[in-house]
Amino acid sequence: MDSTNSDGVPLRATARDAFKIVIVGGFGVGKTTMVGSVSEIRPLSTEEIMTRAGVGIDDPTAVADKNTTTVAFDFGRITLDAERVLYLFGAPGQQRFWFLWDQLFGGSLGAVVLVDVRRLAESFYAIDRLEHHGMPFIVAVNRFDGPRPPLDRVRAALDLQPRVPLIECDARERDSCKTVLIDLVEHLASLHAPETTP
Amino acid sequence: MSGLAREDPDRLFVVTAGRADAAGPVLDLVSLIVGGVDAPPGTPSEHARILRLCRYHPSSVAELSAHLRTPVSVLKVLLRDLARTGLVAVRAPESARAPDRLPDLETLRQVLVGLHEL
Ligand SMILES: Nc1nc2c(ncn2[C@@H]2O[C@H](COP(=O)(O)OP(=O)(O)OP(=O)(O)O)[C@@H](O)[C@H]2O)c(=O)[nH]1
Ligand SMILES: [Mg+2]
Repeated sequence: MDSTNSDGVPLRATARDAFKIVIVGGFGVGKTTMVGSVSEIRPLSTEEIMTRAGVGIDDPTAVADKNTTTVAFDFGRITLDAERVLYLFGAPGQQRFWFLWDQLFGGSLGAVVLVDVRRLAESFYAIDRLEHHGMPFIVAVNRFDGPRPPLDRVRAALDLQPRVPLIECDARERDSCKTVLIDLVEHLASLHAPETTP
Repeated sequence: MSGLAREDPDRLFVVTAGRADAAGPVLDLVSLIVGGVDAPPGTPSEHARILRLCRYHPSSVAELSAHLRTPVSVLKVLLRDLARTGLVAVRAPESARAPDRLPDLETLRQVLVGLHEL
């Protein structure tokens, strides 16, 4: 397991500039599914140490300390060209996971908030925190079976700013996930333009 | 706890103890680690495992952490050891977004081109 890259597709020797995009959402909302749909490697899982108080630590020697625990998160990878590679991280949106943003996800290009309309309230906290962190994001509603409220109702319920894109997706479909990522990056580009008054 | 740590937490403590803030490059979750050499004799096994994983191609901190089943911040201590002694080189993510800034347009354009080609 550790002497070969068992998931095939090693990084190219010329890879030199890596980007991060984070997919954040509540439990079971489809984060891992989305990562897996567009990743060139099988999603990998890893972990980071946090204290029981819910903050990250600078001192990994505290690993032997009873006051620390680990949280797991998963990720995938997309080679963009000979030099650039994009990593997609799936991150739980609950409060106790947010130290990951300070510790690991800083410098991300942006974020996708993945939403299950049956459990909208689970997204409030994530949206709040992203705004607080100054992390640009779009919101993607994952299509599960069941009633589908119109997007303007979802927008109102989430109290989304008009400028934040809200789209639907199917986390199981590669093309749909690809569109989500493209929409995020186009949104990031559009933020460079001065805000137009409606 | 898993991987190195599960095998022997005390051992992990010993390899990283007291060196949490040891000198070495700043490492990001997606810094790319470039090896290319075999572990010199006497290399601690934890470090040797890393050198094997990036022997033939670069690997990100995140991927090394996953393959070695070692928490990211613990892995970073080991990587800084290797970088200090010149056994690995680090390619930092140059185009990471600065706090309160947008990613630059050229970066975004290149990401878009790559995504469209998927
Ligand atoms: N119908 C439907 N099911 C989906 C969709 N996306 C994901 N699922 C299913 O929903 C379940 C949860 O998906 P995951 O990708 O594991 O969700 P997650 O957000 O990673 O979950 P946690 O990591 O446990 O928080 C899985 O059984 C998926 O197959 C979707 O678009 N439609
Ligand atoms: Mg998951």
